[in-house]
Amino acid sequence: MNAKWMIGTALTASLATLVLPVQAVESKLDAKTIEIVKRDFQDKGIAKADRVNQDALQALCSKYGNKPPLELKHKIEKQQQAAIKWPADDKYMGDWKAGEKLAQSGRGMTWSDKAEDPAGGNCYNCHQLSAKEIAYGTIGPSLLHFGVKQGNDLDSQRYVYGRLYNAKADNACNNMPRFGHMKILTEAQIKDLVALLLDPESPVNK
Amino acid sequence: MNTKIILLLALAANGAAIAAETEVSDSDRIAQYREMISDGNPADFDEMRGEELWKTAAGPKMATLEKCDLGKGAGVVKGAYAELPRFFKDTGRVQDLESRLLTCMSTLQGLNTEEITAQPFATEKKPSDISSLTTYVTGQSKGIKMAVSVKHPKEKEAYEIGRRIFNYRAGPYDFACSTCHGASNQRIRMQDLPNLKVQKDAQGAYISWPAYRVSQGLTRSFQWRLNDCFRQQRFPEPKFASEATVDLTMYLAVSANGAAFAGPGLKR
Ligand code: HEC
Ligand code: HEC
Repeated sequence: MNAKWMIGTALTASLATLVLPVQAVESKLDAKTIEIVKRDFQDKGIAKADRVNQDALQALCSKYGNKPPLELKHKIEKQQQAAIKWPADDKYMGDWKAGEKLAQSGRGMTWSDKAEDPAGGNCYNCHQLSAKEIAYGTIGPSLLHFGVKQGNDLDSQRYVYGRLYNAKADNACNNMPRFGHMKILTEAQIKDLVALLLDPESPVNK
Repeated sequence: MNTKIILLLALAANGAAIAAETEVSDSDRIAQYREMISDGNPADFDEMRGEELWKTAAGPKMATLEKCDLGKGAGVVKGAYAELPRFFKDTGRVQDLESRLLTCMSTLQGLNTEEITAQPFATEKKPSDISSLTTYVTGQSKGIKMAVSVKHPKEKEAYEIGRRIFNYRAGPYDFACSTCHGASNQRIRMQDLPNLKVQKDAQGAYISWPAYRVSQGLTRSFQWRLNDCFRQQRFPEPKFASEATVDLTMYLAVSANGAAFAGPGLKR
């Protein structure tokens, strides 16, 4: 046993005692957080207490501050992708006028909404879409002229449909809701939004 | 009724009229409003109401809250809010202002916690006692630098858990606080969103509550603000003064350390 090796082992041992407790403390805090959250929220209106229960994706993104290790990220993206329900008729473009109405509506799924109130798309909350609407948010990128840039062939249509159905299939921890996956919007509504983004007649592309 | 109150009443009525005028932009309206209330804020009413409640004997024990220990000794209100949340030996818990008030109201006055929290927030129809009390107590820290400690292990733990709650994604929209308050220069529609992970924004947000909301004609507590953000987050409702809200408040309060407390404030 040489001296260098001994120092090496000593270092590794002391590193281990340093690193392990930190990890242990971290995961103990993670566990305690979940315990507290599960105990301290209550039903209000349509927002039931069990909404705080995370699915695998939400848990992963929370745990890693939205930057999970690549391997885990890709794994969960594949799962999300596989769960997308594609339209049986292989048609993706609905009515852009209905889509614009959906995009404008910021309502839905809060405890002050009623079960019978249909959810909107909240799109303008986060995105610029048409040049006319100046009250747009900036959490997401501008989608002005999106269809002009993207083109509207079948591949583009499928891309946008998938993006709206499950935005996390492309990028696991981004900030966009999974409108189809979480049953916020129906297949027909998502098609209307695909048309809003891709139809050359839509105000998005004017 | 003294002249200051009459003046404030007139201003509050005026405020409602201004709020109804939608053509005026928010910032113009607030600038106008600031000028008008340069020697008073309608939140002063709620502050006075809270002071009255603090000093009036109530509950089965017919006691006032004047012996309540908010962390700086029994009866010390001045500067107390600037050091909350903190660990309290007598309860063995980290408490924020609301949960500490509940302790005092039940131990000193013999009041039932569930009854007090039945209406934690003011509505147009009915003021809320616990909310008015927080307006009074916070007002007694105006101008005092935020200095919330994380020295006690339980304080440190509350901060750490609060940070995790801030980043906790769940619900039908996958939102966390950090979805809307985790990056700079973002807005929802036209509403600017403070980046609460950055000290300057966190300070500005924390020190300005409670606030008189011009658009609502009501004085709103900081806990109301958090509650309404959980609503927008599509979460269920946090139980009032629960550990989850105390820990989240701890995280936000520590982020505001160093700034002079400026509430009760005024918001659009
Ligand atoms: C809470 C915020 C939020 C809402 C609501 C939202 N988005 Fe997004 N959106 C984002 C973010 C953030 C991104 C960027 C995602 C990324 O980086 O992976 C994005 C990306 C997109 C993209 C991909 C852009 C590209 O260049 O490929 C499309 C298309 C899109 N959003 C459409 C919509 C539509 C339509 C709606 C309404 C039904 C909507 N979004 C609602 C935040 C949001
Ligand atoms: C879906 C979006 C959204 C989510 C999620 C959200 N907020 Fe907010 N928050 C807002 C908006 C919009 C405002 C500004 C409201 C206004 O100015 O009227 C705001 C304001 C605030 C303010 C006051 C800022 C100020 O200067 O007055 C605080 C503090 C705050 N939020 C904290 C939180 C916390 C903590 C959470 C998580 C529990 C959270 N928010 C979740 C949208 C959100």
